[in-house]
Amino acid sequence: MSEQTHVALNEVVRRFDGPPTVHALGPIDLVIRRGEFFSIVGPSGCGKSTLLDVLCGLVRPTSGSIQFEGRELRGEVPDGIGVVFQEDSSMPWLSVRQNVAFGLRTSGLPEREVRERVDHAVSFMGLAQFADHYPAQLSGGMRQRVCIARTLVLRPRLILLDEPFGALDQQTRLLMGDELLRLWRETGATVLLITHALDEAAMLSDRVGVMSARPGRFIDTVETGWLRDRDSRIVSDPKFGTLTARLWSSLREESLKAMGRAA
Amino acid sequence: MGGAAGAPPFNGMSDLALENALSRRTSRRRIRAFDAAVLALTMLGLWQAIGSWTNGVAVSPPLQTLVYLFGLLRTWMFWDHAAATLEAFLLAFALSALIGLALGLIFGVRRFAGEVAEPILAGFYTIPKVTLYPVVLLVFGLGMSAKVAFGVMHGLVPMTLFTLGAVRSLPPVLIRTARVLRLSPGRTMRWVLVPACLPAIVDGLRISFSLSLLGVLIGEMFSSQRGLGFLLVNGMAQHNVPLSTAVVTVIVAVAIAANTLMLRLGGRTARRPT
Amino acid sequence: MTQRRAVLLVRIAVLAGLVALLEICCRTGIIDPLTVIPPSDMIASMVDHVGSGELNESIVRTFSTIALAFVLAIGCGTLAGALVHRSPRLRDVADPLLASYYSVPTFIFYPLLVALLGLGKAPLVVLGVLSAAPAVMISTLSGLDGVSPVLMKIARVHRLSPGRTLWWIVLPAAMPRLFTGFKLALSYALIGVIAGEFILSGTGLGYAISFAYQSFDNRAMYGLMLFVLLVAVIANGILYVWEGRLARRRSTG
Repeated sequence: MSEQTHVALNEVVRRFDGPPTVHALGPIDLVIRRGEFFSIVGPSGCGKSTLLDVLCGLVRPTSGSIQFEGRELRGEVPDGIGVVFQEDSSMPWLSVRQNVAFGLRTSGLPEREVRERVDHAVSFMGLAQFADHYPAQLSGGMRQRVCIARTLVLRPRLILLDEPFGALDQQTRLLMGDELLRLWRETGATVLLITHALDEAAMLSDRVGVMSARPGRFIDTVETGWLRDRDSRIVSDPKFGTLTARLWSSLREESLKAMGRAA
Repeated sequence: MGGAAGAPPFNGMSDLALENALSRRTSRRRIRAFDAAVLALTMLGLWQAIGSWTNGVAVSPPLQTLVYLFGLLRTWMFWDHAAATLEAFLLAFALSALIGLALGLIFGVRRFAGEVAEPILAGFYTIPKVTLYPVVLLVFGLGMSAKVAFGVMHGLVPMTLFTLGAVRSLPPVLIRTARVLRLSPGRTMRWVLVPACLPAIVDGLRISFSLSLLGVLIGEMFSSQRGLGFLLVNGMAQHNVPLSTAVVTVIVAVAIAANTLMLRLGGRTARRPT
Repeated sequence: MTQRRAVLLVRIAVLAGLVALLEICCRTGIIDPLTVIPPSDMIASMVDHVGSGELNESIVRTFSTIALAFVLAIGCGTLAGALVHRSPRLRDVADPLLASYYSVPTFIFYPLLVALLGLGKAPLVVLGVLSAAPAVMISTLSGLDGVSPVLMKIARVHRLSPGRTLWWIVLPAAMPRLFTGFKLALSYALIGVIAGEFILSGTGLGYAISFAYQSFDNRAMYGLMLFVLLVAVIANGILYVWEGRLARRRSTG
């Protein structure tokens, strides 16, 4: 296993017991390199969210293994992983500042350092004005930023995001994508983004993995070759169109399959 | 809780898998029936235990009560009392429901009045109304009107609050539509408000039902020579334990039956397409 | 003037107006003074009786009974609710019971309780708990239902122990509905205990009111009634305001 490998999945399969038994995921073989921005796209119901649960250790695979930083995950979330879920996970009873500080409650860090990190994360995510507001007073996009900030303070080495911008409008999504790239560059973390938006995946990532319909397996992995210093304006680059087209050609077949099932 | 009506949750499954899913639901239903039976037997057992342990001084045991009850149901006296309760209850319930509905609609539509009134009504709901009974007795005297007053005192406010809540949570676009169609206030209420709020109104009726019954029974306990409440108190005063237990059983059975019926009705109105 | 202040002022005005109306009607004889006494007399009577200290024992007795019933109801109710929540099978059994529970008038069991437990505090406390605990149980179930699953995932991502998950996430997330249950518990415990004292008891404020009524001492009766009602309103009011302050953060302002 090379030093560059951050996460490795080997023959990972996930089944749900029934009756009936549902074969949700796999077999998956995947290697994610340290510091890369990797996106996963796939038709609905292909098991993307299950893959995320498995990747961060929330769920044990039925068979196969996952290694994070060389150590196997055994149904527990290891130190160094941050997760931003699709649903709003901000805590309505805490202010923005308190939400962001939540992750550090168990860290044992001195209060001064906690405050520093929280202030930094809050201003990094553009929430300084609203630091003492409550989530109910914020928009959906801002609430997701709170969740991202809460993940940031822990200085994770791997950041997993499950369709974090799903509920936002297109323009906000593009801007949030830029935010995410800035975050990635400045923290040097490995980022794994799950999204259903092909353009988002094509624009933001170093590599994109395309999943098949359920049971989800990787049918294609596309290297984008973008420079590290990029933002949403690369949509004007002709390569962007080619990438998106290639992703769709791989994905279209699988999406039809998934839709046929739902009928 | 329970199996959801509508499409099966497992899309794209084979027929065999669907069969498995359905059989899991039926076996769950069977488990529930079994558990319900166990519960019923446990409660009967407890009843029997208390009855025999206290030597029938507090409660008479189930079988004895049932026998006594059958005998009671054949007497003219019982039905006379039951009719008295029913008469008072129907009047109290009707008044509570209609006035409550009207007030609730008015307070719901007239926002400002509603905001002023709601805490007052909610406050009235939380005070021990038993402390007001003497006032009701003084004002209405003994007899039917006091009973009905007790019933209305208990049943009116919940109905108002439920209806008020229902109207408030109505999507504003419905009222705007009524305005655009130039409906009169009466028609707006009858054709738009009431149908849209129906599930919550039925819920309010259910609560109002139980509470009006409670009020009437309490009234009978204090201020009447007729009715099931009076019969209960009388039985206690004469240490006729089988009688009081039988009356309690009847009241409990009727209350639960009515409540279950209204829950079902409410569920059905909720699912009906508007 | 903001909407809220306007509403508050109108509400006070309406209440004051009703009281004034009652006062006038009583003083001018429109309402028979043997039936209802003027509000000013009620207040005077209340101040006299409570101030004289003759009711101290009853007051202590009633309020301690209510407090005990309240605490027990909350304890039993939350515990039972939490246990039932964990077991779907228990829940299937409990749900219909809870749905029908409040359709049965609890006070009809009071004589049974007296026969079992004798006269005194015990049957009153049990009556209070029987009245209040199911409401707490229902709101506990509702509150636990309302804890968003993603928050439980967050707890695991942050590697919180079960105790911390409960204290830092489940409890705050469920608190609004739990608090509703606490409000109901206070109100039902108060009603249950006072109703019990009124119907069949030798001591306590409920009994004092009943005794005054039966002794044709209207003045004392109204004074006591006013006192009980004021205490009920204030106690419930405190919880109501407290709840409002907690809720304001979580609502859209």
